[in-house]
Amino acid sequence: MSATVSSATPQQPLPQVRADWLPLAIVPLLALAALPFVGSPSTWLTLTVAGLAMGLIVFIIASGLTLVFGLMDVLNFGHGVFIALGAFLATTVLASMGAWTASPNLLVNFTAVFTAMLVAMAAAGTVGLAFERVVIRPVYGQHLKQILITMGGMIVGEELIKVIWGPQQIPLPLPAGFRGSILVGDAAIEKYRLIAVAIGLVVLAAMLWVFGRTKVGLLIRAGVQDREMVESLGYRIRRLFVGVFVAGSALAGLGGVMWGLYQQNVIPQIGAQVNVLIFIVIIIGGLGSIGGCFVGALLVGLLANYTGFLAPKVALFSNILLMVAVLLWRPQGLYPVAKR
Amino acid sequence: MSSAGDSGRTATEPPLLALEGVQTHIGAYHILHGVNLAVPRGGLTVLLGRNGAGKTTALRTIMGLWRASGGCIRLDGEDVTGLLTPDIARRGVAYVPESMGIFSDLTVKENLALAARGARRAEDIDARRLERVFGLFPALERFWLHPGGLLSGGQKQMLSVARAIVEPRKLLLVDEPTKGLAPAIVQNMIAAFRELKRETTVLLVEQNFGFARALGDSVAVMDDGRIVHAGTMAALAADEALQHRLLGLSLAAHQ
Repeated sequence: MSATVSSATPQQPLPQVRADWLPLAIVPLLALAALPFVGSPSTWLTLTVAGLAMGLIVFIIASGLTLVFGLMDVLNFGHGVFIALGAFLATTVLASMGAWTASPNLLVNFTAVFTAMLVAMAAAGTVGLAFERVVIRPVYGQHLKQILITMGGMIVGEELIKVIWGPQQIPLPLPAGFRGSILVGDAAIEKYRLIAVAIGLVVLAAMLWVFGRTKVGLLIRAGVQDREMVESLGYRIRRLFVGVFVAGSALAGLGGVMWGLYQQNVIPQIGAQVNVLIFIVIIIGGLGSIGGCFVGALLVGLLANYTGFLAPKVALFSNILLMVAVLLWRPQGLYPVAKR
Repeated sequence: MSSAGDSGRTATEPPLLALEGVQTHIGAYHILHGVNLAVPRGGLTVLLGRNGAGKTTALRTIMGLWRASGGCIRLDGEDVTGLLTPDIARRGVAYVPESMGIFSDLTVKENLALAARGARRAEDIDARRLERVFGLFPALERFWLHPGGLLSGGQKQMLSVARAIVEPRKLLLVDEPTKGLAPAIVQNMIAAFRELKRETTVLLVEQNFGFARALGDSVAVMDDGRIVHAGTMAALAADEALQHRLLGLSLAAHQ
Protein backbone atom coordinates (compact mmCIF):
# COMPACT_ATOMS: atom_id res chain seq x y z
CA MET A 1 0.00 0.00 0.00
CA SER A 2 1.84 3.03 -1.16
CA ALA A 3 -0.63 5.78 -0.50
CA THR A 4 -1.72 6.69 2.93
CA VAL A 5 -3.17 9.84 4.24
CA SER A 6 -1.58 9.30 7.60
CA SER A 7 1.67 11.11 7.15
CA ALA A 8 0.29 14.58 6.79
CA THR A 9 -2.75 14.12 8.96
CA PRO A 10 -2.24 16.20 12.04
CA GLN A 11 -2.02 13.76 14.91
CA GLN A 12 -3.89 15.96 17.32
CA PRO A 13 -6.19 14.01 19.60
CA LEU A 14 -9.89 14.23 18.98
CA PRO A 15 -12.00 15.97 21.56
CA GLN A 16 -13.20 13.52 24.16
CA VAL A 17 -16.55 11.95 23.48
CA ARG A 18 -18.70 13.56 26.11
CA ALA A 19 -22.27 12.47 26.46
CA ASP A 20 -24.69 15.29 27.12
CA TRP A 21 -26.21 14.20 30.43
CA LEU A 22 -27.54 17.59 31.43
CA PRO A 23 -31.08 17.27 30.02
CA LEU A 24 -31.39 13.77 31.50
CA ALA A 25 -30.21 15.10 34.87
CA ILE A 26 -33.11 17.56 34.91
CA VAL A 27 -35.52 14.68 35.50
CA PRO A 28 -34.18 13.72 38.97
CA LEU A 29 -33.49 17.39 39.70
CA LEU A 30 -37.11 18.26 39.01
CA ALA A 31 -38.25 15.40 41.22
CA LEU A 32 -35.95 16.49 44.06
CA ALA A 33 -36.93 20.13 43.67
CA ALA A 34 -40.58 19.18 44.05
CA LEU A 35 -39.97 17.35 47.35
CA PRO A 36 -39.84 20.39 49.68
CA PHE A 37 -42.94 21.88 48.03
CA VAL A 38 -44.94 18.68 48.30
CA GLY A 39 -43.76 18.26 51.88
CA SER A 40 -44.77 14.71 52.71
CA PRO A 41 -42.30 12.14 51.28
CA SER A 42 -45.04 9.55 50.90
CA THR A 43 -47.20 11.89 48.82
CA TRP A 44 -44.12 12.85 46.83
CA LEU A 45 -43.37 9.20 46.08
CA THR A 46 -46.95 8.59 44.97
CA LEU A 47 -46.85 11.62 42.67
CA THR A 48 -43.43 10.71 41.30
CA VAL A 49 -44.47 7.18 40.38
CA ALA A 50 -47.65 8.54 38.81
CA GLY A 51 -45.56 11.07 36.87
CA LEU A 52 -43.13 8.44 35.66
CA ALA A 53 -46.00 6.17 34.57
CA MET A 54 -47.65 9.01 32.67
CA GLY A 55 -44.31 10.04 31.20
CA LEU A 56 -43.49 6.56 29.94
CA ILE A 57 -46.95 6.17 28.36
CA VAL A 58 -46.54 9.53 26.65
CA PHE A 59 -43.08 8.46 25.49
CA ILE A 60 -44.47 5.28 23.92
CA ILE A 61 -47.09 7.35 22.11
CA ALA A 62 -44.78 10.18 21.01
CA SER A 63 -41.72 8.17 19.92
CA GLY A 64 -43.22 7.27 16.55
CA LEU A 65 -44.29 10.85 15.91
CA THR A 66 -40.84 12.30 16.46
CA LEU A 67 -39.19 9.72 14.17
CA VAL A 68 -41.76 10.33 11.45
CA PHE A 69 -40.85 14.00 11.55
CA GLY A 70 -37.12 13.32 11.77
CA LEU A 71 -37.03 10.90 8.84
CA MET A 72 -39.31 12.58 6.34
CA ASP A 73 -40.14 16.03 7.75
CA VAL A 74 -43.73 14.91 8.08
CA LEU A 75 -45.89 16.70 10.64
CA ASN A 76 -48.64 14.23 11.47
CA PHE A 77 -51.38 15.87 13.48
CA GLY A 78 -53.46 12.73 12.95
CA HIS A 79 -51.32 10.69 15.34
CA GLY A 80 -54.06 10.97 17.96
CA VAL A 81 -56.35 8.75 15.85
CA PHE A 82 -54.15 5.75 16.59
CA ILE A 83 -54.25 6.50 20.32
CA ALA A 84 -58.05 6.70 20.26
CA LEU A 85 -58.31 3.55 18.17
CA GLY A 86 -56.12 1.64 20.63
CA ALA A 87 -58.09 2.86 23.64
CA PHE A 88 -61.49 2.04 22.13
CA LEU A 89 -60.39 -1.39 20.94
CA ALA A 90 -59.23 -2.04 24.50
CA THR A 91 -62.75 -1.35 25.78
CA THR A 92 -64.16 -3.91 23.33
CA VAL A 93 -61.49 -6.56 23.86
CA LEU A 94 -61.48 -6.28 27.65
CA ALA A 95 -65.30 -6.24 27.79
CA SER A 96 -65.42 -9.41 25.72
CA MET A 97 -62.91 -11.02 28.07
CA GLY A 98 -64.94 -10.16 31.16
CA ALA A 99 -64.17 -13.42 32.92
CA TRP A 100 -60.44 -12.88 32.39
CA THR A 101 -60.42 -9.35 33.73
CA ALA A 102 -62.60 -10.24 36.71
CA SER A 103 -60.30 -13.08 37.74
CA PRO A 104 -58.17 -12.33 40.78
CA ASN A 105 -55.29 -14.18 39.08
CA LEU A 106 -52.79 -11.56 37.89
CA LEU A 107 -51.48 -13.77 35.09
CA VAL A 108 -54.97 -14.17 33.64
CA ASN A 109 -55.45 -10.37 33.87
CA PHE A 110 -52.17 -9.83 32.05
CA THR A 111 -53.24 -12.20 29.29
CA ALA A 112 -56.38 -10.15 28.74
CA VAL A 113 -54.49 -6.85 28.74
CA PHE A 114 -51.78 -8.19 26.43
CA THR A 115 -54.45 -9.47 24.06
CA ALA A 116 -55.99 -5.98 24.01
CA MET A 117 -52.55 -4.47 23.42
CA LEU A 118 -51.78 -6.83 20.54
CA VAL A 119 -55.15 -6.20 18.90
CA ALA A 120 -54.69 -2.43 19.35
CA MET A 121 -51.16 -2.51 17.92
CA ALA A 122 -52.18 -4.64 14.93
CA ALA A 123 -55.20 -2.46 14.17
CA ALA A 124 -53.37 0.84 14.67
CA GLY A 125 -50.45 -0.42 12.56
CA THR A 126 -52.78 -1.46 9.75
CA VAL A 127 -54.71 1.80 9.85
CA GLY A 128 -51.31 3.58 9.97
CA LEU A 129 -50.28 1.84 6.75
CA ALA A 130 -53.46 3.02 5.02
CA PHE A 131 -53.16 6.52 6.55
CA GLU A 132 -49.62 6.88 5.22
CA ARG A 133 -50.66 5.76 1.74
CA VAL A 134 -53.86 7.81 1.47
CA VAL A 135 -53.28 10.91 3.60
CA ILE A 136 -49.53 11.47 4.02
CA ARG A 137 -48.02 10.35 0.72
CA PRO A 138 -49.69 12.99 -1.49
CA VAL A 139 -48.34 15.83 0.67
CA TYR A 140 -44.67 14.97 1.16
CA GLY A 141 -42.58 18.09 1.62
CA GLN A 142 -45.56 20.43 2.04
CA HIS A 143 -45.89 21.30 5.69
CA LEU A 144 -49.01 23.44 5.51
CA LYS A 145 -50.90 20.80 3.55
CA GLN A 146 -49.63 18.13 5.95
CA ILE A 147 -51.02 20.00 8.93
CA LEU A 148 -54.38 20.60 7.26
CA ILE A 149 -54.87 17.14 5.82
CA THR A 150 -53.66 15.21 8.85
CA MET A 151 -55.93 17.31 11.09
CA GLY A 152 -58.71 16.48 8.67
CA GLY A 153 -57.78 12.81 8.91
CA MET A 154 -57.97 13.11 12.68
CA ILE A 155 -61.48 14.59 12.53
CA VAL A 156 -62.65 11.86 10.16
CA GLY A 157 -61.09 9.20 12.41
CA GLU A 158 -62.76 10.66 15.48
CA GLU A 159 -66.16 10.68 13.76
CA LEU A 160 -65.70 7.09 12.60
CA ILE A 161 -64.96 6.11 16.19
CA LYS A 162 -68.21 7.81 17.24
CA VAL A 163 -70.03 5.82 14.56
CA ILE A 164 -68.64 2.53 15.84
CA TRP A 165 -68.48 3.06 19.61
CA GLY A 166 -70.87 5.97 20.08
CA PRO A 167 -70.14 9.53 21.21
CA GLN A 168 -70.36 8.87 24.93
CA GLN A 169 -67.64 8.16 27.46
CA ILE A 170 -66.93 4.43 27.83
CA PRO A 171 -65.55 3.12 31.10
CA LEU A 172 -62.37 1.10 30.90
CA PRO A 173 -62.02 -0.49 34.31
CA LEU A 174 -58.74 -2.00 35.38
CA PRO A 175 -58.63 -5.79 35.62
CA ALA A 176 -59.18 -7.03 39.17
CA GLY A 177 -55.53 -7.78 39.83
CA PHE A 178 -54.40 -4.33 38.64
CA ARG A 179 -56.63 -2.46 41.08
CA GLY A 180 -55.62 -1.16 44.46
CA SER A 181 -52.34 0.04 45.79
CA ILE A 182 -49.30 -1.32 47.46
CA LEU A 183 -47.83 0.43 50.45
CA VAL A 184 -44.22 1.55 50.36
CA GLY A 185 -43.68 2.95 53.82
CA ASP A 186 -46.55 5.40 54.16
CA ALA A 187 -46.91 5.88 50.46
CA ALA A 188 -49.75 4.21 48.62
CA ILE A 189 -48.69 3.46 45.07
CA GLU A 190 -51.29 2.30 42.62
CA LYS A 191 -50.40 -1.09 41.20
CA TYR A 192 -51.34 -0.12 37.66
CA ARG A 193 -48.87 2.77 37.69
CA LEU A 194 -46.06 0.39 38.58
CA ILE A 195 -47.21 -1.94 35.81
CA ALA A 196 -47.28 0.98 33.37
CA VAL A 197 -43.74 1.95 34.39
CA ALA A 198 -42.60 -1.64 33.88
CA ILE A 199 -44.20 -1.91 30.43
CA GLY A 200 -42.77 1.50 29.50
CA LEU A 201 -39.28 0.39 30.52
CA VAL A 202 -39.61 -2.82 28.46
CA VAL A 203 -40.61 -0.77 25.39
CA LEU A 204 -37.71 1.63 26.05
CA ALA A 205 -35.25 -1.28 26.34
CA ALA A 206 -36.56 -2.75 23.08
CA MET A 207 -36.12 0.61 21.36
CA LEU A 208 -32.60 1.07 22.70
CA TRP A 209 -31.76 -2.39 21.39
CA VAL A 210 -33.19 -1.65 17.95
CA PHE A 211 -31.43 1.71 17.66
CA GLY A 212 -28.12 0.62 19.13
CA ARG A 213 -27.73 -2.94 17.87
CA THR A 214 -29.59 -3.43 14.63
CA LYS A 215 -28.94 -2.23 11.13
CA VAL A 216 -32.50 -0.96 10.79
CA GLY A 217 -31.96 1.16 13.90
CA LEU A 218 -28.71 2.47 12.50
CA LEU A 219 -30.47 3.34 9.25
CA ILE A 220 -33.21 5.21 11.09
CA ARG A 221 -30.64 7.21 13.09
CA ALA A 222 -28.71 7.97 9.91
CA GLY A 223 -31.88 8.80 7.96
CA VAL A 224 -32.97 11.35 10.57
CA GLN A 225 -29.65 13.14 10.03
CA ASP A 226 -29.20 12.90 6.26
CA ARG A 227 -31.90 11.23 4.24
CA GLU A 228 -30.22 11.84 0.89
CA MET A 229 -26.99 10.18 1.92
CA VAL A 230 -28.82 7.09 3.15
CA GLU A 231 -30.42 6.81 -0.28
CA SER A 232 -27.06 7.36 -1.97
CA LEU A 233 -25.74 4.35 -0.05
CA GLY A 234 -28.40 2.23 -1.74
CA TYR A 235 -31.16 2.08 0.89
CA ARG A 236 -34.77 2.80 0.02
CA ILE A 237 -35.69 5.35 2.65
CA ARG A 238 -39.34 5.47 1.68
CA ARG A 239 -39.71 1.82 2.65
CA LEU A 240 -37.91 2.56 5.92
CA PHE A 241 -40.23 5.50 6.51
CA VAL A 242 -43.37 3.42 5.91
CA GLY A 243 -41.99 0.85 8.37
CA VAL A 244 -41.35 3.53 10.98
CA PHE A 245 -44.78 5.06 10.38
CA VAL A 246 -46.50 1.71 10.88
CA ALA A 247 -44.41 0.92 13.97
CA GLY A 248 -45.06 4.41 15.36
CA SER A 249 -48.81 4.00 14.78
CA ALA A 250 -48.75 0.59 16.48
CA LEU A 251 -46.92 2.10 19.46
CA ALA A 252 -49.52 4.88 19.61
CA GLY A 253 -52.20 2.15 19.68
CA LEU A 254 -50.34 0.46 22.55
CA GLY A 255 -50.04 3.81 24.32
CA GLY A 256 -53.78 4.35 23.78
CA VAL A 257 -54.58 1.13 25.66
CA MET A 258 -52.27 2.17 28.51
CA TRP A 259 -53.59 5.73 28.58
CA GLY A 260 -57.20 4.52 28.61
CA LEU A 261 -56.45 2.19 31.51
CA TYR A 262 -54.60 5.03 33.27
CA GLN A 263 -57.70 7.26 32.96
CA GLN A 264 -60.06 4.29 33.40
CA ASN A 265 -62.38 5.70 30.77
CA VAL A 266 -62.29 6.59 27.13
CA ILE A 267 -63.87 9.43 25.15
CA PRO A 268 -63.69 9.96 21.38
CA GLN A 269 -61.71 13.18 21.94
CA ILE A 270 -58.90 11.28 23.69
CA GLY A 271 -56.71 11.53 20.60
CA ALA A 272 -57.07 15.30 20.31
CA GLN A 273 -56.36 15.70 24.04
CA VAL A 274 -53.18 13.67 24.00
CA ASN A 275 -52.09 15.21 20.68
CA VAL A 276 -51.30 18.55 22.34
CA LEU A 277 -49.25 16.80 24.99
CA ILE A 278 -47.19 14.72 22.58
CA PHE A 279 -46.42 17.68 20.35
CA ILE A 280 -45.15 19.56 23.39
CA VAL A 281 -43.03 16.52 24.26
CA ILE A 282 -41.40 16.16 20.86
CA ILE A 283 -40.71 19.88 20.62
CA ILE A 284 -39.14 19.90 24.09
CA GLY A 285 -37.06 16.85 23.19
CA GLY A 286 -35.84 18.17 19.83
CA LEU A 287 -37.75 17.13 16.72
CA GLY A 288 -36.53 13.74 15.51
CA SER A 289 -34.66 12.88 18.70
CA ILE A 290 -35.74 9.69 20.44
CA GLY A 291 -33.61 10.41 23.54
CA GLY A 292 -35.05 13.92 23.74
CA CYS A 293 -38.54 12.51 23.39
CA PHE A 294 -37.88 10.22 26.37
CA VAL A 295 -36.59 13.01 28.63
CA GLY A 296 -39.32 15.41 27.47
CA ALA A 297 -42.05 12.85 28.20
CA LEU A 298 -40.75 12.20 31.72
CA LEU A 299 -40.53 15.94 32.44
CA VAL A 300 -44.08 16.50 31.19
CA GLY A 301 -45.40 13.55 33.21
CA LEU A 302 -43.70 14.57 36.44
CA LEU A 303 -44.54 18.25 36.15
CA ALA A 304 -48.21 17.52 35.38
CA ASN A 305 -48.50 15.43 38.55
CA TYR A 306 -46.61 17.79 40.85
CA THR A 307 -48.47 20.90 39.70
CA GLY A 308 -51.76 18.98 39.67
CA PHE A 309 -51.23 18.44 43.38
CA LEU A 310 -49.64 21.76 44.33
CA ALA A 311 -51.52 24.22 42.13
CA PRO A 312 -54.24 22.62 40.03
CA LYS A 313 -54.87 25.84 38.11
CA VAL A 314 -51.23 26.07 37.06
CA ALA A 315 -51.36 22.43 35.96
CA LEU A 316 -53.50 23.46 33.01
CA PHE A 317 -50.61 25.30 31.41
CA SER A 318 -47.59 23.85 33.22
CA ASN A 319 -46.54 21.97 30.08
CA ILE A 320 -46.56 25.16 28.05
CA LEU A 321 -44.42 26.83 30.73
CA LEU A 322 -42.04 23.89 30.60
CA MET A 323 -41.81 24.16 26.83
CA VAL A 324 -41.09 27.88 26.98
CA ALA A 325 -38.40 27.36 29.62
CA VAL A 326 -36.72 24.56 27.66
CA LEU A 327 -36.78 26.46 24.39
CA LEU A 328 -35.30 29.55 26.04
CA TRP A 329 -32.44 27.34 27.23
CA ARG A 330 -32.09 25.20 24.10
CA PRO A 331 -34.06 26.63 21.18
CA GLN A 332 -33.70 23.40 19.17
CA GLY A 333 -34.94 21.25 22.04
CA LEU A 334 -33.09 19.23 24.67
CA TYR A 335 -31.27 16.97 22.22
CA PRO A 336 -31.18 18.69 18.82
CA VAL A 337 -30.72 16.33 15.91
CA ALA A 338 -27.58 17.14 13.94
CA LYS A 339 -28.76 17.68 10.41
CA ARG A 340 -26.30 18.06 7.61
CA MET B 1 -7.86 -3.53 -13.64
CA SER B 2 -6.21 -1.01 -15.85
CA SER B 3 -5.80 2.68 -15.93
CA ALA B 4 -7.59 4.87 -18.40
CA GLY B 5 -4.19 6.14 -19.23
CA ASP B 6 -4.07 3.23 -21.70
CA SER B 7 -5.04 5.61 -24.40
CA GLY B 8 -5.97 3.09 -27.10
CA ARG B 9 -8.47 1.36 -24.87
CA THR B 10 -10.86 4.17 -24.18
CA ALA B 11 -11.30 4.91 -27.83
CA THR B 12 -12.62 1.48 -28.70
CA GLU B 13 -14.56 0.44 -25.62
CA PRO B 14 -17.99 1.94 -24.92
CA PRO B 15 -17.87 4.38 -22.01
CA LEU B 16 -18.89 3.24 -18.54
CA LEU B 17 -21.12 6.27 -18.14
CA ALA B 18 -22.65 8.31 -20.93
CA LEU B 19 -24.81 11.40 -20.67
CA GLU B 20 -26.66 12.31 -23.83
CA GLY B 21 -28.37 15.69 -23.99
CA VAL B 22 -29.17 15.67 -20.27
CA GLN B 23 -31.38 18.53 -19.08
CA THR B 24 -32.09 19.31 -15.44
CA HIS B 25 -34.53 21.79 -13.99
CA ILE B 26 -34.54 22.69 -10.31
CA GLY B 27 -37.81 24.42 -9.59
CA ALA B 28 -38.10 27.25 -12.08
CA TYR B 29 -34.38 27.18 -12.91
CA HIS B 30 -33.00 25.43 -15.96
CA ILE B 31 -29.55 24.28 -14.83
CA LEU B 32 -28.30 21.64 -17.29
CA HIS B 33 -28.88 22.54 -20.95
CA GLY B 34 -28.16 19.28 -22.73
CA VAL B 35 -25.01 17.79 -21.20
CA ASN B 36 -23.12 15.30 -23.36
CA LEU B 37 -20.41 13.47 -21.45
CA ALA B 38 -18.68 10.12 -21.83
CA VAL B 39 -16.77 8.74 -18.86
CA PRO B 40 -14.37 6.05 -20.03
CA ARG B 41 -14.09 2.80 -18.12
CA GLY B 42 -11.20 2.88 -15.64
CA GLY B 43 -9.15 5.86 -14.60
CA LEU B 44 -10.22 9.26 -13.43
CA THR B 45 -12.24 11.83 -15.32
CA VAL B 46 -12.27 15.37 -14.00
CA LEU B 47 -15.21 17.69 -14.47
CA LEU B 48 -13.92 21.24 -14.34
CA GLY B 49 -15.71 24.55 -14.47
CA ARG B 50 -16.31 27.72 -12.56
CA ASN B 51 -18.82 28.10 -9.74
CA GLY B 52 -22.37 27.71 -10.93
CA ALA B 53 -21.41 25.95 -14.17
CA GLY B 54 -23.57 22.95 -13.26
CA LYS B 55 -20.93 20.43 -12.14
CA THR B 56 -22.60 19.46 -8.88
CA THR B 57 -25.98 19.38 -10.59
CA ALA B 58 -24.52 16.99 -13.17
CA LEU B 59 -23.28 14.62 -10.42
CA ARG B 60 -26.56 14.81 -8.54
CA THR B 61 -28.51 14.15 -11.72
CA ILE B 62 -26.39 11.08 -12.46
CA MET B 63 -27.04 9.89 -8.90
CA GLY B 64 -30.79 10.43 -9.32
CA LEU B 65 -30.90 13.02 -6.52
CA TRP B 66 -32.30 15.43 -9.07
CA ARG B 67 -34.42 14.05 -11.86
CA ALA B 68 -33.25 14.72 -15.42
CA SER B 69 -36.01 16.54 -17.28
CA GLY B 70 -34.63 15.46 -20.65
CA GLY B 71 -31.93 13.38 -22.27
CA CYS B 72 -30.55 10.00 -21.30
CA ILE B 73 -28.01 8.67 -18.80
CA ARG B 74 -26.50 5.26 -19.52
CA LEU B 75 -24.47 3.24 -17.07
CA ASP B 76 -22.73 0.27 -18.62
CA GLY B 77 -25.11 0.54 -21.56
CA GLU B 78 -28.23 0.49 -19.35
CA ASP B 79 -30.58 3.47 -19.33
CA VAL B 80 -30.67 4.65 -15.70
CA THR B 81 -32.27 8.05 -16.33
CA GLY B 82 -35.52 7.50 -14.46
CA LEU B 83 -34.18 5.26 -11.70
CA LEU B 84 -34.37 6.19 -8.03
CA THR B 85 -31.17 7.00 -6.16
CA PRO B 86 -31.02 3.71 -4.19
CA ASP B 87 -31.41 1.71 -7.41
CA ILE B 88 -28.58 3.65 -9.04
CA ALA B 89 -26.41 3.08 -5.96
CA ARG B 90 -27.19 -0.64 -6.11
CA ARG B 91 -25.81 -0.73 -9.65
CA GLY B 92 -22.40 0.12 -8.20
CA VAL B 93 -22.34 3.90 -8.13
CA ALA B 94 -21.03 5.62 -5.00
CA TYR B 95 -21.41 9.31 -4.24
CA VAL B 96 -19.14 11.50 -2.13
CA PRO B 97 -21.02 14.81 -1.85
CA GLU B 98 -19.39 18.17 -1.35
CA SER B 99 -20.92 18.30 2.14
CA MET B 100 -19.32 14.87 2.75
CA GLY B 101 -22.64 13.58 4.12
CA ILE B 102 -21.13 12.16 7.31
CA PHE B 103 -23.67 10.87 9.84
CA SER B 104 -22.28 12.93 12.68
CA ASP B 105 -24.06 11.12 15.53
CA LEU B 106 -22.86 7.74 14.26
CA THR B 107 -19.37 6.44 14.94
CA VAL B 108 -16.81 5.88 12.19
CA LYS B 109 -17.55 2.18 12.58
CA GLU B 110 -21.29 2.70 12.18
CA ASN B 111 -20.80 5.01 9.20
CA LEU B 112 -18.81 2.29 7.44
CA ALA B 113 -21.19 -0.48 8.51
CA LEU B 114 -24.01 1.37 6.76
CA ALA B 115 -21.94 1.89 3.64
CA ALA B 116 -21.20 -1.85 3.45
CA ARG B 117 -24.68 -2.80 2.40
CA GLY B 118 -23.98 -6.51 2.45
CA ALA B 119 -22.85 -6.42 6.09
CA ARG B 120 -25.43 -6.75 8.84
CA ARG B 121 -22.93 -5.47 11.40
CA ALA B 122 -19.55 -3.74 11.24
CA GLU B 123 -17.95 -7.09 12.08
CA ASP B 124 -19.30 -8.50 8.81
CA ILE B 125 -17.48 -5.99 6.61
CA ASP B 126 -15.11 -7.75 4.21
CA ALA B 127 -11.83 -7.79 6.18
CA ARG B 128 -9.64 -7.26 3.13
CA ARG B 129 -11.56 -4.20 2.03
CA LEU B 130 -11.48 -2.79 5.53
CA GLU B 131 -7.76 -3.36 5.63
CA ARG B 132 -7.50 -1.48 2.35
CA VAL B 133 -9.51 1.41 3.80
CA PHE B 134 -7.28 1.52 6.86
CA GLY B 135 -4.22 1.32 4.61
CA LEU B 136 -5.35 4.41 2.74
CA PHE B 137 -6.72 6.26 5.75
CA PRO B 138 -5.13 5.06 9.01
CA ALA B 139 -6.83 7.85 10.97
CA LEU B 140 -10.13 6.01 10.55
CA GLU B 141 -8.81 3.00 12.44
CA ARG B 142 -7.62 5.23 15.27
CA PHE B 143 -10.96 6.96 15.59
CA TRP B 144 -13.02 3.82 14.93
CA LEU B 145 -15.40 4.36 17.83
CA HIS B 146 -15.58 8.15 17.68
CA PRO B 147 -18.67 9.94 16.37
CA GLY B 148 -18.20 11.20 12.83
CA GLY B 149 -19.18 14.69 13.93
CA LEU B 150 -16.02 15.02 16.04
CA LEU B 151 -13.60 14.33 13.18
CA SER B 152 -11.62 17.13 11.56
CA GLY B 153 -12.55 18.28 8.05
CA GLY B 154 -9.83 16.15 6.46
CA GLN B 155 -10.79 13.08 8.47
CA LYS B 156 -14.44 13.55 7.52
CA GLN B 157 -13.42 13.64 3.88
CA MET B 158 -11.45 10.42 4.38
CA LEU B 159 -14.48 8.80 5.99
CA SER B 160 -16.69 9.96 3.16
CA VAL B 161 -14.34 8.46 0.56
CA ALA B 162 -13.90 5.33 2.68
CA ARG B 163 -17.66 4.80 2.71
CA ALA B 164 -17.63 4.94 -1.07
CA ILE B 165 -14.98 2.22 -1.40
CA VAL B 166 -15.76 -0.12 1.48
CA GLU B 167 -17.67 -2.21 -1.06
CA PRO B 168 -16.57 -2.78 -4.65
CA ARG B 169 -18.06 -0.09 -6.91
CA LYS B 170 -18.08 0.50 -10.62
CA LEU B 171 -18.09 4.25 -10.44
CA LEU B 172 -17.26 6.84 -7.79
CA LEU B 173 -18.83 10.29 -8.11
CA VAL B 174 -16.75 12.68 -6.02
CA ASP B 175 -17.66 16.33 -5.52
CA GLU B 176 -14.81 18.73 -4.67
CA PRO B 177 -12.87 16.52 -2.26
CA THR B 178 -10.24 19.18 -1.60
CA LYS B 179 -12.58 21.98 -0.63
CA GLY B 180 -11.46 23.55 2.62
CA LEU B 181 -8.65 21.04 3.21
CA ALA B 182 -5.11 21.97 4.26
CA PRO B 183 -2.52 21.67 1.45
CA ALA B 184 -0.74 18.76 3.15
CA ILE B 185 -3.97 16.77 3.29
CA VAL B 186 -4.70 17.63 -0.35
CA GLN B 187 -1.35 16.04 -1.29
CA ASN B 188 -2.33 12.89 0.53
CA MET B 189 -5.78 12.85 -1.03
CA ILE B 190 -3.98 12.90 -4.39
CA ALA B 191 -2.01 9.84 -3.32
CA ALA B 192 -5.19 8.08 -2.20
CA PHE B 193 -7.06 8.80 -5.44
CA ARG B 194 -4.07 7.60 -7.46
CA GLU B 195 -4.51 4.25 -5.75
CA LEU B 196 -8.28 4.25 -6.12
CA LYS B 197 -8.39 5.00 -9.82
CA ARG B 198 -6.39 1.85 -10.48
CA GLU B 199 -9.27 -0.28 -9.33
CA THR B 200 -12.38 1.70 -10.18
CA THR B 201 -13.64 4.50 -12.39
CA VAL B 202 -13.81 7.94 -10.81
CA LEU B 203 -15.72 11.01 -11.98
CA LEU B 204 -14.43 13.92 -9.93
CA VAL B 205 -15.73 17.46 -9.81
CA GLU B 206 -12.97 19.89 -8.96
CA GLN B 207 -12.11 23.57 -9.02
CA ASN B 208 -8.52 23.12 -7.95
CA PHE B 209 -6.73 22.73 -11.29
CA GLY B 210 -3.50 21.58 -9.65
CA PHE B 211 -5.34 18.67 -8.02
CA ALA B 212 -7.21 17.91 -11.23
CA ARG B 213 -4.04 17.94 -13.32
CA ALA B 214 -2.23 15.63 -10.92
CA LEU B 215 -4.96 13.00 -11.08
CA GLY B 216 -7.03 13.35 -14.24
CA ASP B 217 -6.73 11.00 -17.17
CA SER B 218 -9.51 12.64 -19.09
CA VAL B 219 -11.23 15.93 -18.53
CA ALA B 220 -14.44 17.70 -19.39
CA VAL B 221 -15.06 21.38 -18.82
CA MET B 222 -18.52 22.74 -18.10
CA ASP B 223 -19.87 26.21 -18.54
CA ASP B 224 -23.43 27.44 -18.23
CA GLY B 225 -24.89 23.95 -17.96
CA ARG B 226 -23.09 22.49 -20.98
CA ILE B 227 -19.89 20.59 -21.68
CA VAL B 228 -17.68 23.02 -23.59
CA HIS B 229 -14.59 20.87 -23.87
CA ALA B 230 -13.72 17.19 -23.49
CA GLY B 231 -10.41 15.46 -24.05
CA THR B 232 -7.37 14.12 -22.27
CA MET B 233 -5.93 15.89 -19.27
CA ALA B 234 -2.47 15.71 -20.82
CA ALA B 235 -3.65 17.78 -23.79
CA LEU B 236 -5.32 20.40 -21.62
CA ALA B 237 -2.35 20.57 -19.23
CA ALA B 238 -0.01 21.21 -22.16
CA ASP B 239 -2.11 23.94 -23.75
CA GLU B 240 -2.04 27.08 -21.64
CA ALA B 241 -4.03 29.11 -24.13
CA LEU B 242 -6.83 26.53 -23.99
CA GLN B 243 -6.71 26.54 -20.20
CA HIS B 244 -7.00 30.27 -20.15
CA ARG B 245 -9.87 30.27 -22.62
CA LEU B 246 -11.82 27.49 -20.86
CA LEU B 247 -11.07 28.08 -17.27
CA GLY B 248 -10.22 31.74 -17.11
CA LEU B 249 -9.09 33.55 -14.04
CA SER B 250 -11.49 31.94 -11.64
CA LEU B 251 -9.63 28.67 -11.93
CA ALA B 252 -6.21 30.15 -12.34
CA ALA B 253 -6.69 31.65 -8.93
CA HIS B 254 -6.94 28.17 -7.46
CA GLN B 255 -3.71 26.86 -8.99
